[in-house]
Amino acid sequence: MSGCRKRCKREILKFAQYLLRLLTGSLHTDSVEDELEMATVRHRPEALELLEAQSKFTKKELQILYRGFKNECPSGVVNEDTFKEIYSQFFPQGDSTTYAHFLFNAFDTDHNGAVSFEDFIRGLSILLRGTVQEKLNWAFNLYDINKDGYITKEEMLDIMKAIYDMMGKCTYPVLKEDAPRQHVETFFQKMDKNKDGVVTIDEFIESCQKDENIMRSMQLFENVI
Amino acid sequence: MAAGVAAWLPFARAAAIGWMPVANCPMPLAPTDKNKRQDELIVLNVSGRRFETWRTTLERYPDTLLGSTEKEFFFNEDTKEYFFDRDPEVFRCVLNFYRTGKLHYPRYECISAYDDELAFYGILPEIIGDCCYEEYKDRKRENAERLQDDLDSENNQESMPSLSFRQTMWRAFENPHTSTMALVFYYVTGFFIAVSVITNVVETVPCGTVPGSKELPCGERYSVAFFCLDTACVMIFTVEYLLRLFAAPSRYRFIRSVMSIIDVVAIMPYYIGLVMTNNEDVSGAFVTLRVFRVFRIFKFSRHSQGLRILGYTLKSCASELGFLLFSLTMAIIIFATVMFYAEKGSSASKFTSIPASFWYTIVTMTTLGYGDMVPKTIAGKIFGSICSLSGVLVIALPVPVIVSNFSRIYHQNQRADKRRAQKKARLARIRVAKTGSSNAYLHSKRNGLLNEALELMGTPEEAHVGKTTSLIESQHHHLLHCLEKTTNHEFIDEQMYEQNCLESSMQNYPSTRSPSLSSHQGLTTTCCSRRSKKTTHLPNSNLPATRLRSMQELSTIHIQGSEQPSLTTSRSSLNLKADDGLRPNCKTSQITTAIISIPTPPALTPEGESRPPPASPGPNTNIPAIASNVVKVSAL
Repeated sequence: MSGCRKRCKREILKFAQYLLRLLTGSLHTDSVEDELEMATVRHRPEALELLEAQSKFTKKELQILYRGFKNECPSGVVNEDTFKEIYSQFFPQGDSTTYAHFLFNAFDTDHNGAVSFEDFIRGLSILLRGTVQEKLNWAFNLYDINKDGYITKEEMLDIMKAIYDMMGKCTYPVLKEDAPRQHVETFFQKMDKNKDGVVTIDEFIESCQKDENIMRSMQLFENVI
Repeated sequence: MAAGVAAWLPFARAAAIGWMPVANCPMPLAPTDKNKRQDELIVLNVSGRRFETWRTTLERYPDTLLGSTEKEFFFNEDTKEYFFDRDPEVFRCVLNFYRTGKLHYPRYECISAYDDELAFYGILPEIIGDCCYEEYKDRKRENAERLQDDLDSENNQESMPSLSFRQTMWRAFENPHTSTMALVFYYVTGFFIAVSVITNVVETVPCGTVPGSKELPCGERYSVAFFCLDTACVMIFTVEYLLRLFAAPSRYRFIRSVMSIIDVVAIMPYYIGLVMTNNEDVSGAFVTLRVFRVFRIFKFSRHSQGLRILGYTLKSCASELGFLLFSLTMAIIIFATVMFYAEKGSSASKFTSIPASFWYTIVTMTTLGYGDMVPKTIAGKIFGSICSLSGVLVIALPVPVIVSNFSRIYHQNQRADKRRAQKKARLARIRVAKTGSSNAYLHSKRNGLLNEALELMGTPEEAHVGKTTSLIESQHHHLLHCLEKTTNHEFIDEQMYEQNCLESSMQNYPSTRSPSLSSHQGLTTTCCSRRSKKTTHLPNSNLPATRLRSMQELSTIHIQGSEQPSLTTSRSSLNLKADDGLRPNCKTSQITTAIISIPTPPALTPEGESRPPPASPGPNTNIPAIASNVVKVSAL
C-alpha cells in the first residue's frame, strides 16, 4: 500500500515537472550532454616504477610511450573504434578494420573492451623485449580467435583475409579471390604436423623454430623504441 | 599520416610480428636510426614569449619551417634558442598544430594576418581542422570579395581601352555610374517609366464634362494626347530593349531573364493594340491587355535595389507563404461550411452557398469585418466569434514566424550549401591525404631502389638522389614493405592497376594457364620454392608496357655503370645482409625483389628483362631471355 502511494507521488511529481517544463518552454533539454558525461571514463595507469618492474622497458621508454598514448587517447583507455582508426592511418590503401579488431582482442587480455596503458605495455613488452618463445606465444594467441588453444583453418582464413584486406585493391599482381585460402593451405602444410586439421601451440612453436625466416624476422623489430 | 598517430608507429611495427609466422618470404631489413639522439627540449622564443617543446614534436612535419632545417637560420647561438620575430598569438596555434595534429583558426584573428603567419611557417591552410574550417573559409571569402570590390571600383575608374563597343554598352546599361551617357540614359528611361505609369493612372480619372454628354475619363477626352504620350513611351522602351538585346553578352540568357520578360510584357499590349484596332469582337480582350501596361511599374526594379531584394525575398520565402495560404484555405473552408449550415435556417440570409460564405470567413478571419454579411442565428454568431478569434491566431501568428523563418531559412540554406560543398572538399582532402601517403611509399620505394643502385655503382656522391625521408616515414615504409612480403603482393598506384587490368583482360595467352595465376605462381615459385608444383610459366607476357619502361629507366642506369658480374652474388645477398643461413633456394632463385643487377654485356637490351625460371624460359617470351644472372627489378 505504501509502495503504491510512493509510486503515485512519484508519478504526480513527474507530471508536475512536465507541466512546469511545458510552460517554461524547456521541454527538450539536451540529453546529449548526459550521455557524453557517462561515456568518458578516466583511467590513470600504475606508477612508473611499478610498470618499469613489470615490463622490460626503461623509464625513459615508458615515458615516451605514455606520452604518445595519452596524446591519442586523453581518457587513458583505447576503445576498439579509436584503435581501428589509429591503425587504419598506417594502411591508407586497404581496409585494416578486421585485422585491427583481432589485434585489439589480442591486446585486451582481460577482455573488458578497452585497452589501458598497462595492457598496452604488457603487449609491447612481449613483442619488443620478449623471448622468441613469448613472441611466438603471442602470435599464436593472435591467430587463435576464440582462445581455445587450437588454430583451425577457419580462424586462420579469417586472419589471412584480414591481412590481405589491408593490401587493398591496387596490388601487383592482382589479388585473386582464393589467395588467402591458398596461403592458409601453405601455412597448414607447414605447421600442422599430425595433419589433424588444427594447429596446437606446440606444433606451432616447433614448426616456427625450424623455419629460419620466421626466426630471423622475429628479431626484426628489436630496436623499435 | 597524422602527427599524433606517429607516436603509435612503434606499436604498429611491433604488432607486425603477428604477420611473421604467416609470411613465406624473408622480411626486409628495418631502417636504422643513424643518429639516434635522445629527445631534447628546444626553446622557441617568439617576440619574447618562450615556448618549449620536444624536438620530435616539431619533426613530425618535416616540410614546414619548424620541422626542417630551415629553423636553423633562426638559431641564436648566445641564448641557445630559436628566435622568431613574429606574432606570439598566432604562434600558439601553429605550435598546437604540431602537438595535436589539428590546426585551429581563432575567431578574433584577422584573416590576412593569419594567412601571412601560416605562409611564413610553411603550413598550408587546407589542413585547418573541420571545427574551424567553415569559419576560416567564410572569412576568407569575405576578404576576397572585399578585395574584389576594391579592384572593381578601381577598374571602373580607369578607362579600359580594350573593351569592344558592345561590351561598353552592356557595362553602361548595368552600371549607370560608369559614364555620363549611361547616367543620362538611366534617368531618361526612369522618367519615361514614371510618365507612362502616370498617364495610365490619369487616363481613367474623370475629367470634367463635355457639354452634351456624360462625364468622360481623361483618356477619352484627350485621346490623341494620351495616344501620343503612350507611343513615345513605347518607342523609348522598345529602343531600350533592342539595345539591351544587342549589347547582352549572352542573348539567350538575357531573353530568359525576368527583367526582359517584364520589358516585353510592358510593350506588347501597345503593339497588339496597333494591330487589332478596329475589330469590335476582340476589343474586350484588348481592354484586358491594357491592364498589362501596369507592369511597366516593375521596370523600376532596375532602378531600385530595394525592389529587387523584396522580389528575391518573396521568391525564397515562397514555400512558407504557400504553407500559410494552404492553412488559411483549410480554415476558410471549415468555417465557411460551418457558417453556411448554421445560417441555413435563418430567412433572407446572405449565406446562400458555401462559396458565398468564403467571403464572410475571409473578411472575419483577417479582422476586416466589412459588415456586408452578418450571421443572424445564435449558432451562427457563436461560430462567427470562434471564427474571428481563430482568425487572429491563424493570421497574426505565422507572419512574424514567416519573417524570422525567412531569415533563418535563408541563412540555413546558405550554410547547408556551404557544408555540402565543404563536405565534398573534405572528402577530397581525405582522399588526397590517403593517396598522398600511399604515393609517398611508392615514390620512396623507387627512390630507395635508385639509391641502392647508385650506391652499388660506387658513386657515393650521387647516392642520395631523392629527398631524404624522415625516420618516421622510413619506418612506416618498412612496415608497408613487410606487409607486401607477407602477402606476396605489392602496392601499386591506381593507374598501374588499371593498366594491369586492361592488359590482363586484353591479352590472349597461348599457355593454358591464366596470366595472373601464373605470375602469382611465378612470384611464389621463385621467391619461395617450397612449392613443389612449379612448371614453366609465362614470365613476362603479363608485364605491362609501362613496367617495362620503368624497368628500362632503372636498368639503363646500370648499363652506364661499370659491369661487374661478380657483383650478382653479393647483390643478391644484399637484401639478406645480416643473414648467415640463407635458404639455398631463395638464393639461387635469382629473384629477390628490390634488387637490381646488370645484364651481361652481349645480351644488353635496354628493355627490361624476363623472370627467367630455373628451367628454360617460357615459350612466349618476346624479350630475349637475358642471361640467368639478371634479376628482375621490382620497382614499379
